[in-house]
Amino acid sequence: MPVAPSLFVRTVRSLRQKRTVHHTTARIEHMKLELRGITKRFGAFTANDHIDLTVEPGEIHCLLGENGAGKSTLMNVLYGLYRADEGEILLDDRVQHFEGPGDAMAAGVGMVHQHFMLIPVFTVAENVMLGNESTKAGGVLDLAAARKRVKEISDRFGFHVDPDAIVEDLPVGVQQRVEIIKALSRDAKVLVFDEPTAVLTPQETDELMATMRQLRDSGTSIVFITHKLREVREVADRITVIRLGKVVGEASPTASNEELASLMVGRAVELTVQKNPPQLGDEALVVEHLTVTDPSGLVLVDDVTFDVKRGEVLAIAGVQGNGQTELTEAIVGVQTAVQGSVKLNGTELVGRTVRDILDEGVGFVPEDRSVDGLVKEFSVAENMMLDRSHGEPFVKAGTLQLGALSEFAKGKIAEFDIRTQGWQQAAGSLSGGNQQKVVIARELSRELQLFVAAQPTRGVDVGSIEFIHQRVIETRDSGVPVIVISTELDEVTALADRIMVMYRGKVVGIVPGNTSRDKLGLMMAGVTDEVPSEHTQNEGAQA
Amino acid sequence: MTATQNVMPEAAPSEQPKPSRWRKAFTAITTGNAIISVFAVLAAIIVGSIMIAFTDKDVQESAGYFFSRPGDTIAAIWDAVSGAYVALFKGSIYNFTADTFVKGIRPLTETLKFATPLIAAGLGVGLAFRAGMFNIGGQGQILMAAAAAGWVGTTMSMPWPLHMIVGIIAGMAAAAIWAGIAGFLKAKTGAHEVIVTIMLNHIAAYLLAWMLATQGVLQAPGSKNPKTAPMAESAIMPQLLGPQFKLHIGLLLALVAVAFSWWLLERSSLGFRFRAVGLNPSAAKVAGINVGRTYFVAMVIAGALVGIAGVSQVQGTVTSGFGGDIDAGIGFDAITVALLGRSSPLGILAAGLLFGAFKAGGFAMQASQGVPVEIVLVVQSLIVLFIAAPPLVRAMFGLPDPERKARQQRRQKKEVSA
Repeated sequence: MPVAPSLFVRTVRSLRQKRTVHHTTARIEHMKLELRGITKRFGAFTANDHIDLTVEPGEIHCLLGENGAGKSTLMNVLYGLYRADEGEILLDDRVQHFEGPGDAMAAGVGMVHQHFMLIPVFTVAENVMLGNESTKAGGVLDLAAARKRVKEISDRFGFHVDPDAIVEDLPVGVQQRVEIIKALSRDAKVLVFDEPTAVLTPQETDELMATMRQLRDSGTSIVFITHKLREVREVADRITVIRLGKVVGEASPTASNEELASLMVGRAVELTVQKNPPQLGDEALVVEHLTVTDPSGLVLVDDVTFDVKRGEVLAIAGVQGNGQTELTEAIVGVQTAVQGSVKLNGTELVGRTVRDILDEGVGFVPEDRSVDGLVKEFSVAENMMLDRSHGEPFVKAGTLQLGALSEFAKGKIAEFDIRTQGWQQAAGSLSGGNQQKVVIARELSRELQLFVAAQPTRGVDVGSIEFIHQRVIETRDSGVPVIVISTELDEVTALADRIMVMYRGKVVGIVPGNTSRDKLGLMMAGVTDEVPSEHTQNEGAQA
Repeated sequence: MTATQNVMPEAAPSEQPKPSRWRKAFTAITTGNAIISVFAVLAAIIVGSIMIAFTDKDVQESAGYFFSRPGDTIAAIWDAVSGAYVALFKGSIYNFTADTFVKGIRPLTETLKFATPLIAAGLGVGLAFRAGMFNIGGQGQILMAAAAAGWVGTTMSMPWPLHMIVGIIAGMAAAAIWAGIAGFLKAKTGAHEVIVTIMLNHIAAYLLAWMLATQGVLQAPGSKNPKTAPMAESAIMPQLLGPQFKLHIGLLLALVAVAFSWWLLERSSLGFRFRAVGLNPSAAKVAGINVGRTYFVAMVIAGALVGIAGVSQVQGTVTSGFGGDIDAGIGFDAITVALLGRSSPLGILAAGLLFGAFKAGGFAMQASQGVPVEIVLVVQSLIVLFIAAPPLVRAMFGLPDPERKARQQRRQKKEVSA
């Protein structure tokens, strides 16, 4: 743990900061960042293995890698949250020793976190001054100075941020700009963006890209961490690819998706899913006027009507938190404050228990596998019988049939290529992709009438994504209606035969699977077409 | 721990689970590893030794001239500590200075006698732990079991063994209902079982006090004391090893309960659901397990197990009529036993035997060495304290930390997502 600097040091530092404030308002100093041989170990595991990275002044440097490749660890070393076991950090060729984020900030390194570090009930100005409060005589907060500073930065970059707005009232994209302002107000010359687009709509993403370019042009060095290939190619000046804690290569922004992906995962991958046109059957799932409310009466899913045919994938797109999760939970009976009707092959599901609904042949992959999908302490085999503890084949006369269970688990481990030390291994010790395969293997091993997969590839490595996508299409082709929920447009367009877009609990529209990204993006932001949504739905149903 | 290493490269921040602080603490306390239990006992005994030395009169006297003759103090400490633990051994396992074998082995049977209700009640608490509930209500459940079995044993007349069996069943059922109330309220209203079971303890204690003071309910006919009449002969559990030992078939009942609990938790589908709900109620719910019903059933079975402790007290150990203190603190000691036994039936068996030995030996320690019996209670409490703080125990004995990597990983995730 970093030792808290003494009052004297802090005072000196804040004086120094105040001094720099003045002349940097005129121009942003350029700064070169260099990481040399950074190594960070956690026990026997090496998260960063002699990583070298140079970010020239005024460039956008993309750090590309899969989840868990070591990108965030590296940035936490840079930001002073971790101390590197080996290697050094240089700013303008001077070696730095960061004891904590405070030191990093003072040296000119700023970070825009994936999850914003803002206090929702504070105003923009209050948030910006937080941790760096300037005071007038008598310890009174100098809010006016902070407001002025926010306005100044906001105007310079065209952010249109009102310093007096309450943060929680602002859209996510604007909140992110507040984060950026916060970093800039402390004279950040190197800005680190950690997976900044995860929470944004496509339009907000585009705006962020523009902002990043603008910051670069004004001289700020930018480190952009992501695993999304499209964004990298759009904005990067240079790309460094990290795999399993090592730098595996540099790529130019002109590299193709396939080249970048194969650098990331170490082999050529197929990003598009091979699929034939759907063989549509009858309408198996009919959802009518479904409304879900939370205990406080807030409407989470608002009068949603749609249907899914046999042999079709309906993808539900939308930015996280627009009712998709609650919609799937209502279908499988986890949500209980539900009005309206969900009919599967003519049988009403609303009001029935989860057990009954699963027995009707509904397979469900929950959005958050570690919370809702798996018991981490249970073995792989035990997890595979989690929803079948009430009868054959794994239970006879109230007794577990461990022989049958282990045989079944071994079979599924082979079939789904689950990387494990054996069926007794605790599920929580598997990698994210393998955990997800356990859930999917379990759900697909029953006789299904409906398959609902929420975020089936979240936090999953590229290799497993491909495998899981193929399984989803196979399930569709076997004549099962499939609902896929995803916040990743790439996934939505790869899998969907039809796409339903949700915004604030409502269906914005149902459109064909080949709808353009731009249009989907607009719909995800709640912008409906010229055509009213009712009409769009019908159009979608015919497509 | 290669498994832990494998998980790191792909663990995404987004999949970090969000268990409540309470649940984390709960799992940490209830599912520590066996080594920690053993070393916690050892650590408690060492700290206990220090307290014995401090409270010993000879040690205090010799310490007065420590700098002139330090040997005296050291000898006095050795005498006090070794004497105390030898007395503990003699009082709980085998009295090697007794003249006959029967007298020599008597302490062991005393240990088993004390261990019987601790094992049974420990199973009840441990089973609830495994289903994710903190059953603090052992006391109330024992009292209700005692009341029901006492009522059957003092007011009904039936031939042996029917009378005894009816008493046992009545007692177990009463305890099951008492615990079931807490399970029911948790399932239906979300009332926290800790608060409910604590309150049910009070209700049971005062209810029993009223029954013991009311003619025609439990009070011995014609008596003014808050005490029951002696049990009918036909309701008393037979002695296992003849009249010279106070060992009754309650012990067998407890051992059967251990075997049953093991089967239930490890081999039955019901136990599978208990464990699933205990470890991750949210995933259990999504998998179609009725979480509320599981809580209720688990509490009913836990109560029935605790009930065995109650019936073995009134139908086996204290057959001459009992008062309001019949639970003898077993309900709370059972929590310690379940913690020490890591909520596994075999662990609880071992922990119950250890605590039975403490109880049996504690009196011998006081009688022969003048060591206050409270020292034993201090040692018992220290055991729990050490179990609750594994890093402390590891630091004391220089044990490696098996969870270090896992924890670092979690911390990393936290900071990454932060």
